[in-house]
Amino acid sequence: MNRNVKDTIVESVAGISVLLIIFIILSILAITIVGGWPNLNWTFLSEFPKDGMTKGGIFPAIVGTAVMTLIMAVAAVPFGVITAIYLAEYASEKSVFAKTIRFAVKTLAVVPSIIFGLFGLGFFIGFIGKNMDGIFNGGELRWGQPNILWASLTMALLTLPVVIVSVEEAIRTIPKDMREASLALGATKWQTIRKVVIPGSVSGILTGTILAVSRGAGEVAPILFTGAAYFLSDLPHSLSDQFMSLGYHIYIMSTQSSNVDATLPIQFATTLVLLLLTFSLNGIAVILRYRIRKREK
Amino acid sequence: MNDIKVKVNDLTLHYGTNPALKNISMEIPEKMVTAFIGPSGCGKSTFLRTLNRMNDLIDNVKIEGEVIIDGLNIYEKDIDVVNLRKRVGMIFQKSNPFAKSVYDNVAFGPRINGISHRNKLDEIVEYSLKQAAIWDEVKGRLHNSALSLSGGQQQRLCIARTLAVNPDIILMDEPASALDPISTAKIEELIQELKQQYTIIIVTHNMQQAARTSDFTAFFYLGELVEFKKTEVMFSNPSKRQTEDYISGRFG
Repeated sequence: MNRNVKDTIVESVAGISVLLIIFIILSILAITIVGGWPNLNWTFLSEFPKDGMTKGGIFPAIVGTAVMTLIMAVAAVPFGVITAIYLAEYASEKSVFAKTIRFAVKTLAVVPSIIFGLFGLGFFIGFIGKNMDGIFNGGELRWGQPNILWASLTMALLTLPVVIVSVEEAIRTIPKDMREASLALGATKWQTIRKVVIPGSVSGILTGTILAVSRGAGEVAPILFTGAAYFLSDLPHSLSDQFMSLGYHIYIMSTQSSNVDATLPIQFATTLVLLLLTFSLNGIAVILRYRIRKREK
Repeated sequence: MNDIKVKVNDLTLHYGTNPALKNISMEIPEKMVTAFIGPSGCGKSTFLRTLNRMNDLIDNVKIEGEVIIDGLNIYEKDIDVVNLRKRVGMIFQKSNPFAKSVYDNVAFGPRINGISHRNKLDEIVEYSLKQAAIWDEVKGRLHNSALSLSGGQQQRLCIARTLAVNPDIILMDEPASALDPISTAKIEELIQELKQQYTIIIVTHNMQQAARTSDFTAFFYLGELVEFKKTEVMFSNPSKRQTEDYISGRFG
């Protein structure tokens, strides 16, 4: 076959693939906006669901998602930052321990999210929660059941690799010059990390946090068995309470509702809220990451 | 002749199995400027970095021999490297101020040494910036980012930052190689001022700079110290053929 013809074919196939992807994204956006926008108003955002979820708003699901991702970030970010510092600053490239951690992080990143849910159910609820009840509550059931704390911690495990990878990447962009300058002034390694490396990695830490939050806000499977509730007439007041979440709310309205058709407008509007939330979080992360890359040059 | 500040005995350094420095012995006088010259890859920068143990940061480096500063071998097991680096400051080829304010750059060293009293810090910062001949240029913008300064100012800021730790010895690794002639002249002038108080060791590619600024010159070639003597003697009457070829520009 003529070379030019081959080139043309490759170019066309690539072009069609790109168009297809853009078409899919635009379709999702269009369907969600057309279906959801008319129902999106202040009442919808600020009220509890009513009449078997065919009316009212999604306020508790918004609050639940926000609180869950907050607890998740509080757990995942420090842990991820410390791991990233270890990998970037202390571990030698050849050490077996560091290789093991890297392998574990990569594996963690590809484990299906439902497995995290099952792990959370077995580990946090079945093991830690049950034992906490045995020790602190005389066996009375409080922590040994799904709640917002266990759901958040399960989600933290899922998002940990995101934090570790972003932070490590940012730490590695800090020039060797800066570390040497600090060490040559008589700073210890830890002082160098604390005063030069971490302040220089703030945008990476932020990026990691935002990506983790946006991932955590959208995931459903990990919280399915560990804390998300079908419907609650009240907001969670303690870590041992269950909570409602946006993703789970969409799932139950579309599968568990007695009148799926009646919940359709609410489904669309909820989906739109969730999409706007995750898109804008990702957008911020992209901007921050762009800034880090620029510094690298 | 001044007292000896640094005495190097039979120093050999390997990167993996490659010898980068071979059996170097020399005595560096106190409160003088000693220049290290030689073609790229001759080991002069590597040697400079053995004097404050910056080579410790590189994997696979093996060092034998002694470096005695003020009577103590800095490669003894119980030497506190952090403390050593406070006494032996270093200026790098590329100016490397932190992405902090001018003030915080200079105060970095004193702060990690536990000085937190505001007045004391102010005093050190002002004194160090004056010593580095940059005070007049930055006194109005101490709290602006150090990265907003020009290249030459950044390098003098780095010198001020090093002076703030109050070292005895200042190592300079081609401190002016990235600067324009005017900034270079300022740095050279500054070196003359600083040698009243500090022992200065400067690595340079620039023969004229070595001739202008230093009291003693050491010529390195392929990891060996070829010749080390008073600068005026070295440049007017070198005793080795290689030295003569190098300083007259026949290779390099």
